[in-house]
Amino acid sequence: MWAPACIMEEELPWLLVNEVGGIRGILHSHVPFLKKHFHLITMKEFLENRKDVGKKVQAIYLWWHKPVIDKELLQSLPNLKVIANSGVGMDHLDLNLIASFGVKMANAPRAVSSTTADTGMALLLASARRLVEVHNISISPSMDYCEADILGVKVAGATLGIIGMGRIGYKIAVRAKAFEMNILYHNRTRRKVQEEQAVGATYCKKIDSLLQQADFVMLVVSLTPQTHKLIGKRELELMKPTATLINISRGAVVDQEALVAALQTGVIRAAALDVTAPEPLPRDHALLKLKNVIITPHLGIKTDKATYMITEEAVENILAALNGLPLPSEVLPS
Amino acid sequence: MESQELPYVLVDCIGGRLGVYEDHLGFLKKRFHLITMKEYLENKTLLSKKIRAIYVWYHKPAINEELLQSLPNLKVVASAGVGIDHLDLKLLSSYGVKVSNTPFVVSTDTADMGMALMLASSRRLVEGHEMAVSPDTEYFPVDWLGVEVSGATLGIVGMGKIGYKVAERAKAFEMKILYHNRNQRKKEEESAVGAIYCKKIDDLLQQSDFVLLAATLTPQTHKMIGKRELELMKPTATLINISRGLIVDQDALVEALQNKVIKAAALDVTYPEPLPRDHPLLKLKNVIITPHIGSATKKTRWVMMEEMAESIEAGLAGLPIPREVLP
Repeated sequence: MWAPACIMEEELPWLLVNEVGGIRGILHSHVPFLKKHFHLITMKEFLENRKDVGKKVQAIYLWWHKPVIDKELLQSLPNLKVIANSGVGMDHLDLNLIASFGVKMANAPRAVSSTTADTGMALLLASARRLVEVHNISISPSMDYCEADILGVKVAGATLGIIGMGRIGYKIAVRAKAFEMNILYHNRTRRKVQEEQAVGATYCKKIDSLLQQADFVMLVVSLTPQTHKLIGKRELELMKPTATLINISRGAVVDQEALVAALQTGVIRAAALDVTAPEPLPRDHALLKLKNVIITPHLGIKTDKATYMITEEAVENILAALNGLPLPSEVLPS
Repeated sequence: MESQELPYVLVDCIGGRLGVYEDHLGFLKKRFHLITMKEYLENKTLLSKKIRAIYVWYHKPAINEELLQSLPNLKVVASAGVGIDHLDLKLLSSYGVKVSNTPFVVSTDTADMGMALMLASSRRLVEGHEMAVSPDTEYFPVDWLGVEVSGATLGIVGMGKIGYKVAERAKAFEMKILYHNRNQRKKEEESAVGAIYCKKIDDLLQQSDFVLLAATLTPQTHKMIGKRELELMKPTATLINISRGLIVDQDALVEALQNKVIKAAALDVTYPEPLPRDHPLLKLKNVIITPHIGSATKKTRWVMMEEMAESIEAGLAGLPIPREVLP
């Protein structure tokens, strides 16, 4: 029997997204997959018809932290069951508030780890070998330089200090080991001995010990009240003057003003930042002018493959929640 | 005078863009009386008989028959780095001059450079940095994406010391590794990095997401990657060159990049170095170029210098030369 498409669509659960396409929206290439499982509603459509649409929304797919989840939104979505976050960081969400409405939350840890670890290694190598600087020299009209002045830092045999040894931090350790680096790590909890041995990583219970020994310090922590401004003046001064700071976690983990001062006065050698606070930085920010800083536009998971896997992981979690099954990557309020 | 007892060693120049590093002079001057090409040319009659070794840094000074004829007591040529394509080994041998290079110390840094270029190119790092610092940037668009390295296929052309170190690193990124080499490696070496031998380079080119050139420049590898090879590559593939510019047909590469026959290129080496300032490669958005810095770290350059000094001293003492290169 012929079934009109509109009836078929309405049987699918309603999924709220911020927008499709444009500079911040759901990627067009993901839409067919999402539409297989859901009736997609944008915030614009919701706001035009709050009462009718609000009742139908059972799930939200957060794409780059949007839409903003506040009390008002939660109150206007009485049948909301689950919020799936693109990516792994949840610091933009009030987990307790959401839980108080009986809404489950999920992130996408599997999809992000390898790609984000790759970003960390890309930044480490680019900074060590001064890649941006020397590329600019190579294409400059004058090529006015002395090789002795553009020598990089040898990575093999150098010490990498990983702060935050979760899934992503561990994948970085696996990669760094292949580069013949010595690996130190600092984490809320110590990893199992076999995990440490597999990558040759040494636990530093005190962050100070890691900072004093590392040639490269890589930040891979979640942003929490405890990690906010974790790296400040004190920590930077503990680092070697030949050391490089790499941040692939959140801008707010670093005291940015202290970092600028440290870079300007040679307290540390260089920094490579995939994340800042805010993103992008104001165009007159000191970090943009420093020769010894590489800044990238939150590359983190920005590949075709990873972004698609994130959407797949989100859909998996949403469908599980709507079917009353355990979520593969549920995030509980602490 | 003490310095007159030290052996006379010819160098191209000191300081400046590509000269012997000022930082290295202390070490070298304790062992040798350094003579620059300029000083030599100004005083050939006195100096030509005294020079017993040449310290070749950044492929300079160039050694031709004329120079060899005017240095009757030349015994050793020590060359920095592993490549010796800039030296005529047969010619040098015919003058009884021994040659050394520094093959081992450069391997890790050069392999690291290959990985750095692959990661930077795939994730659009240089472009991204420009966006991040540009005065015109107001936001970072979320549909601005790069290409995945983890799990992708890497084809290594030339699996010597450097190529193998690249494979060791790539394995940690869960990459599938193919390689093409004059000879197949031992089974244990292959399994240690999970590398699959491609006897025909075509097989490697057709399957790889990243093609990394780590071969020695020889008459056989000259322009090994030309129009035909580039067309065999995937249109989504990236070419990375850390070997020698001449292994690639550069004009064919420009065309391939302009016509999207391949996706991108990342080149630590070109021909010539540097490229003329109006060369199309300098303007292509999908190209990263670095100024032949494969082994350019402070530590490695220091060790290279020490090794060259050691080779010269051994050669002048009539002892076996460490890292001798035979014709």
